[in-house]
Amino acid sequence: MSRYGGLHAGPHAGLYGAVAASGFRRYSTYRVATAAGVFTNTVFGFILAYTYIALWDQRPHLGGYDQSMALTYVWIGQALLATMAMMGGGFQDELIERIRTGDIAIDLYRPADLQLWWLSADLGRAAFHLLGRGILPTLCGALLFDLALPANPLTWLAFLLSVVLGVVVSFALRYLVVLSAFWLLDGAGVTTVAGLAMLFFSGTLLPLNVFPGTLGDIARLLPWSALLQVPADILLGVHTGPLGLARAYGLQLAWAVTLLCAGRALQAVATRKVVVQGG
Amino acid sequence: MADVTDALRSYWLIVVMWMRSTMTYRASFLMTTLGNFAGTALDFVAIVLMFTRVDSLGGFSFAEVAFLYGTTSTSFGIADLLMGSMDRLGQRVRDGTLDTLLVRPAPVLAQVAADKFALRRLGRVTQGALVLGWAIARLDIAWTPANLLLVPVMLISGAGIFGSVFVIGGAFQFLSNDASEVQNSFTYGGNTLLQFPPTVFAKDLVRGVTFVVPLAFVNWLPALRILGRDDPLGLPAWVDFAPPLVAGACLALSGLAWRAGLRSYRSTGS
Repeated sequence: MSRYGGLHAGPHAGLYGAVAASGFRRYSTYRVATAAGVFTNTVFGFILAYTYIALWDQRPHLGGYDQSMALTYVWIGQALLATMAMMGGGFQDELIERIRTGDIAIDLYRPADLQLWWLSADLGRAAFHLLGRGILPTLCGALLFDLALPANPLTWLAFLLSVVLGVVVSFALRYLVVLSAFWLLDGAGVTTVAGLAMLFFSGTLLPLNVFPGTLGDIARLLPWSALLQVPADILLGVHTGPLGLARAYGLQLAWAVTLLCAGRALQAVATRKVVVQGG
Repeated sequence: MADVTDALRSYWLIVVMWMRSTMTYRASFLMTTLGNFAGTALDFVAIVLMFTRVDSLGGFSFAEVAFLYGTTSTSFGIADLLMGSMDRLGQRVRDGTLDTLLVRPAPVLAQVAADKFALRRLGRVTQGALVLGWAIARLDIAWTPANLLLVPVMLISGAGIFGSVFVIGGAFQFLSNDASEVQNSFTYGGNTLLQFPPTVFAKDLVRGVTFVVPLAFVNWLPALRILGRDDPLGLPAWVDFAPPLVAGACLALSGLAWRAGLRSYRSTGS
């Protein structure tokens, strides 16, 4: 770590704001890719919705959801897929490449905090993906199926806060994965395995409350549940009232802080041992 | 014919080169192959978890759904292994590196299809084949000669149909090089769709994937015959044996689309 290492949030708050804004702008320029993504999310939402209808036809109150709640879950899942970078597509490839080529040495000499820099950029990206790739699939779903979307704007606000916390947890997880490239150089293997864990334990393939017994109990406590299950349950009114919300946010916040600190510790170890590749 | 031999030879040479390159990072190769295997297995785990809560889905038992899952996953796995690199074409159009491929004395389609050939995708084929084997052992299928023949024919035709989707997707990227994700709707999306029985979906959706994008021929129609079930659209019986014809037609069509796409290509000029 450079002599500038450490937290610079105070004097540099403006800098990180600018990084976030540029993250947002950067992704907003890929208009055709965004449209393609919306199309794909909608197609997958469509397919999943029918399988969930078949499932909830058989077991009407599976996992405590009724059918329209289950369908809402499907479409919220598609809306958050890009936001939470569930299928990759965040900063990971870029940073891994910088570690592999040795460009990371330049980043470490910059008078900005490495983790905060990438977190800001990722928050900007997520904000764009939420707007650009979240709204249209949800509208499509709401037009084609009977969804249980809340009418109360406060519920939406509570959902939004939970999404922000979810993005931070998602970032912290991916940041840990990226740092493994300091040791492995080719990060593709770890990225793949971590991506799978994310897809499965976030509840994207199947809501975590449908998971049987102990597996479900454990899955609901793992960090990945902060990405989709917790925000969706807030939107669906499963977590309500000050106590219910506090418990939901508490889980997200606890994982966010734990994982960000773990990332910081690992980064310190990595940069102490770093031998820059090439000359 | 000489053209085809030439194309296959070029394809094979590039594939071998990439395999050797992959083997340089052996630990990473093992992890990505395992990841590929586990990734497709997770899809199946989700289905297993569904069946811990219900006995049937759309009137189909777990073993029958596993049969559908195994057939489409194997077909898709083969196509993905051989042609899955097609979605990188847009990237090459964007950064201008496609020009390099154009001046090489080898067919562009062979070069693009073999580009960054990913041996790890064997993981998907293996996983699909394992589930298929399990389903066949578990099910009580009437093994008439026709049914016996239909299984390999279905798998290969299915791979052909998915392969043509990859090629058409590639051709589409000449027009719109940022839109590679659209192709995922038909490849990965189609694969997900075909893992479930057609009775789960709305009739119009089933009609669409039978007559417009003929994915139903990958496994639904032949598999329903093997399982001894009626297809929900009530099509004549001979249609169940049509997959090779459909695959041939799709591949011919994709060849035309590819040529049209390649002809329309204008370099970035940089």
